[in-house]
Amino acid sequence: MKVDYIGKISEENLPAIFVPYFLESVHAGFPSPASDYIESPIDLNKHLIKNGAATFLVRAQGQSMVGSGIADQAVLIVDRSIKPSHNSIVVATLDGEFVCKRLKLKPKMCLMPDNPNYPPIFINNGQELEIVGTVTAAINKF
Amino acid sequence: MTIALVDCESFYASCERVFRPDLKNKPIVVLSNNDGCVIAFSKEAKKMGISMGVPWFRVKKSFLKQKGQVFSSNFTFYGDMSARVMNILEGFVPKIEIYSIDEAFLDLDTLKQNYNLYDFGCHIRSIVKQWTGIPVRIGIAPNKTLSKIAINEIKRKNIPTSVLQLIDDKEIKNALTNTPVQKVWGVGKKLNDHLNSAGIYTALDLAKVNPQNIRKKFSVVLERTVRELRGEKCLAIDDITSFKKQIIVSRSFGRKISSLEALQPIVNNFAVRAAEKLRNEKQKCSQVSVFIKTSSFNKNKAQHAGLRTVEMFGPTDDTRDILSATKKGLLPIFKSGYAYAKAGVILNKFSSQKIKQCSLFEEFDNLKEDSKLMKYIDYMNAYETQIYFASQNTKELSPMKQSMTSQKYTTSWYELPKVN
Repeated sequence: MKVDYIGKISEENLPAIFVPYFLESVHAGFPSPASDYIESPIDLNKHLIKNGAATFLVRAQGQSMVGSGIADQAVLIVDRSIKPSHNSIVVATLDGEFVCKRLKLKPKMCLMPDNPNYPPIFINNGQELEIVGTVTAAINKF
Repeated sequence: MTIALVDCESFYASCERVFRPDLKNKPIVVLSNNDGCVIAFSKEAKKMGISMGVPWFRVKKSFLKQKGQVFSSNFTFYGDMSARVMNILEGFVPKIEIYSIDEAFLDLDTLKQNYNLYDFGCHIRSIVKQWTGIPVRIGIAPNKTLSKIAINEIKRKNIPTSVLQLIDDKEIKNALTNTPVQKVWGVGKKLNDHLNSAGIYTALDLAKVNPQNIRKKFSVVLERTVRELRGEKCLAIDDITSFKKQIIVSRSFGRKISSLEALQPIVNNFAVRAAEKLRNEKQKCSQVSVFIKTSSFNKNKAQHAGLRTVEMFGPTDDTRDILSATKKGLLPIFKSGYAYAKAGVILNKFSSQKIKQCSLFEEFDNLKEDSKLMKYIDYMNAYETQIYFASQNTKELSPMKQSMTSQKYTTSWYELPKVN
């Protein structure tokens, strides 16, 4: 076949045509009978975290809270937006360090470990205690 | 119209403090990429005379001697903390414009009938502090420019609540008198010199000028600033997350480069990085510009600067297309005999990734495979090993020199903060 060269089309003058294309291919065949019953898998975030912006994960060190089910190296979910009350498990800063203990407001305020081998921590004059947030769950890996 | 500007107090330094309770009230500085200079500092560090942009080597000795704490920048962490703060702010008002990593404008119009705005500001501040640990300043004013002035006033007067409402004329006038014109939003160093020579030294001086004269002598942009200083509202809250309209990757070279053989692979690095950013933004571009220039500090040497723009056939996010356009742009502007100090690649004319323009003869099936290839390359570069294009300079891509980065406290399972 003989072809004649007519000329080059200027790229700039070409009209833009936008063609949508489909990312999913279509399969022929018998559809899965379960397709109407598919539910999304369980999302742990959804169940364990109520306020994402205020929730932080921290790692527990040591045995002082084993009685509450917090083992060494457990990951704790800490929600800073939940105001702690008497008996809440909290993360607090004490003398420039993070601690996780049970908060007791009566008879005298203290941070109570959940292990008989550890003494309660009373806040002395001049000591600064700041409650960071409330522990809402602990993840222990076995 | 009432606007609140929420501004995180020395944001990077505050982030570092959230998981380091031992750093309370201690001086902190955060360094730029490669630990070059100071880009953020706590108010304790400011008292020691640390200023923005000062080279680290110059202050290192005295800062460390006075028990200051230094950090390399940890943008993964700062980005996560910023997202938390913005997320909380979004819950308070119907309209918000995230202006930067540590600033957001809130539209208070719908709230002003039912709330005392000052109390509302204090409430926002205490919630953000409690939920994230980040302290914020809040400036409430009739428009954006004045809300910036309010933030300046909080800093200048060291207002303990960190919340200021500029509403009545006397208060606004007082604030403007105390604001040097260079501190006005949108007035840079150059403009400041011009204004000073015209006898304008404070924000109040600027507010007194007839806006129409300003437009004639300077620009429409500065005219808007003047109108806003006078209390008018010119700039709306831009609540639609505006997509980037341009991506620029450019850098000054450590040493001057004279040969095309050396320059091209480096410019290709910029092109590859720009293409990565483009895909990350889920955009495609139809225009690539390349620029090169000699150093403007070296006035005695011969000067040359060139810029060339290349139109693509259709929108693309494929690194190979962008590399070939970069080459097309660089060759005609390169002249030998000059010592180049800086170069860059600019991507323009964006459209969304889902739209693809085909040329008449292009194989339709090829498209999918190509976008997959880029996806794999991005994935491997992010998680596994580094993949280079053959035309890149791999030597200049050595990892950043950063030695004092804190943990990824909030984004890595293996770097969580520890509690006893």
